[in-house]
Amino acid sequence: MAMTDLAALGANIQAKLAGAVMATSISYGELTLQADAARIIEVLKFLHDDADCRFVSFIDICGADYPEREKRFDVVYHLLSPYKNTRIRVKVQVDEAGEVPSAVEVFPAADWFEREVYDLYGVVFSGHPDLRRILTDYGFSGHPLRKDFPVTGYVEVRYDDEKKRVVYEPVKLVQEMRQFDYLSPWEGAEYILPGDEKAKKQ
Amino acid sequence: MTEQTLRNFTLNFGPQHPAAHGVLRMILELDGELVTRVDPHIGLLHRGTEKLIEQKTYLQAVPYFDRLDYVAPMNQEHAYALAVEKLLGITVPRRGQLIRVLYSEIGRLLSHHMNVNTQAMDVGALTPFTWGFEEREKLMVFYERASGSRMHAAYIRPGGVHQDLPQALIDDIGHFCETHPKVLDNIETLLTGNRIFKQRNVDIGIVSLEDGLKLGFSGVMLRGSGAAWDLRKSQPYECYSELDFDIPIGKNGDNYDRYLIRVQEMRESVKIMKQCVSMLLSSAGAGAITSDDGKVVPPKRPEMKRTMEGMINHFKLYTEGYKVPAGEVYCAVEAPKGEFGVYLVSDGSNKPYRCRLRTPGFAHLQAMDFMCRGHQLADVSAVLGSLDIVFGEVDR
Repeated sequence: MAMTDLAALGANIQAKLAGAVMATSISYGELTLQADAARIIEVLKFLHDDADCRFVSFIDICGADYPEREKRFDVVYHLLSPYKNTRIRVKVQVDEAGEVPSAVEVFPAADWFEREVYDLYGVVFSGHPDLRRILTDYGFSGHPLRKDFPVTGYVEVRYDDEKKRVVYEPVKLVQEMRQFDYLSPWEGAEYILPGDEKAKKQ
Repeated sequence: MTEQTLRNFTLNFGPQHPAAHGVLRMILELDGELVTRVDPHIGLLHRGTEKLIEQKTYLQAVPYFDRLDYVAPMNQEHAYALAVEKLLGITVPRRGQLIRVLYSEIGRLLSHHMNVNTQAMDVGALTPFTWGFEEREKLMVFYERASGSRMHAAYIRPGGVHQDLPQALIDDIGHFCETHPKVLDNIETLLTGNRIFKQRNVDIGIVSLEDGLKLGFSGVMLRGSGAAWDLRKSQPYECYSELDFDIPIGKNGDNYDRYLIRVQEMRESVKIMKQCVSMLLSSAGAGAITSDDGKVVPPKRPEMKRTMEGMINHFKLYTEGYKVPAGEVYCAVEAPKGEFGVYLVSDGSNKPYRCRLRTPGFAHLQAMDFMCRGHQLADVSAVLGSLDIVFGEVDR
């Protein structure tokens, strides 16, 4: 779809869903809507049913974490319209305590995708029929894709020969987890050289 | 006669079951032989790929994509390379595109052979499996001769492909394309008209187009229900728009239609590979295999060995990597199993801020409950085989 059509589509959607869609933007030839989390069902229904949209093909729901923001999580919906041969992205923001209405009633396929976002980010989807963890272990605690969750995790498992079963233990590293920071020292990375911390105090 | 209470039977299928195609645990609720509910438990192969990619530079993230759908590794790399290239705004020269398309189609053959033949094995036919895997072996040798690795290739990289193909390899792939349709004919003589194979697959696992769209299907699963939708045609990437191939479409949306489509797609893939080989051999297909953007693509080996600038450039690209402008893109390719998409968010540094992998198998496996309800217990493995599930991509 040409850029101008995409812009027109975005403007049209925003006009018809005033209040529910806060902003539209086009970058890299992709249309993004910024929507209100509480009214996401209304937005998705419109995108699914409207004759100019027909975004009937469900592609994806995923989360993203921006800890420095007040509402730290993004929930990102990707939809496809095979009739118009175009894609759309809808983003809503939600904080740790907030809830997003579940999209299962509009797209039944959203079921597992929402479970995954809940599992990995801890975003709660209200009205979801079966909001269980999906990818992580039975009895897992924490939400591993959050930026403040360590890559190593907190527990490790091993088979205990005496107890004859698998046991969970706090993770023990033989050497410290190495975070390679290859950014050029002239830009970005801040290195504190030994001795420098004393120089600053003077 | 004493009164008996009837109760439903709950069966634990997997995680170690030959027909589970990996590590799938399913809780089946049975009413006699009939399935009343399926609850797949996934995640036994969860490795946190998305988290790990956030810790790595853009180039270091490439090998993780081989480990998603490990039956057709390069198709995943392809989607990632397209996403990074879109953010960077670089294009791949013609020869690079041809090699990418050639190897994507090899990946499709690899995946469809695995699926068609193991699904046949699930319903009781062993011979096609042995024939198909002989062909897969040849294809994996082509992978190895191009990248040095039979499966985990890391060959399609942002900016192009890693190395050029030797002439002998292109000739051998051309020769393979001549002989391969005969093998497909042989496999079809065993399966397509086979009474047992048809009894196990015709009218099993029917999905209507409407349901398919609702369930988030893509690829063969959607085409089996009659959707004329293939990203290679509808949203062409690389040089697919110049190639001549057809998209087979099913009518009934059952297991058997999906089998027929996969076999036909293999024939179409051979057709595409033939065209790529002849283009690679012609003068139009000669030239560079990578973009000439020195900020992204490392210098060639001789230059790195002989010049100081080349060596510094090489060192910086393999340690610090390249920075990708801030932004977000979604790029999808028609992987053998359906639409494989990468949603990439960059914050302007040398590591992806968020890399979401949209894998087709995840959406397809979700439909197990919908597709198996009311079927016999024995149909569960036939439907599961027809969904074309690989756990590397479902669990990520």
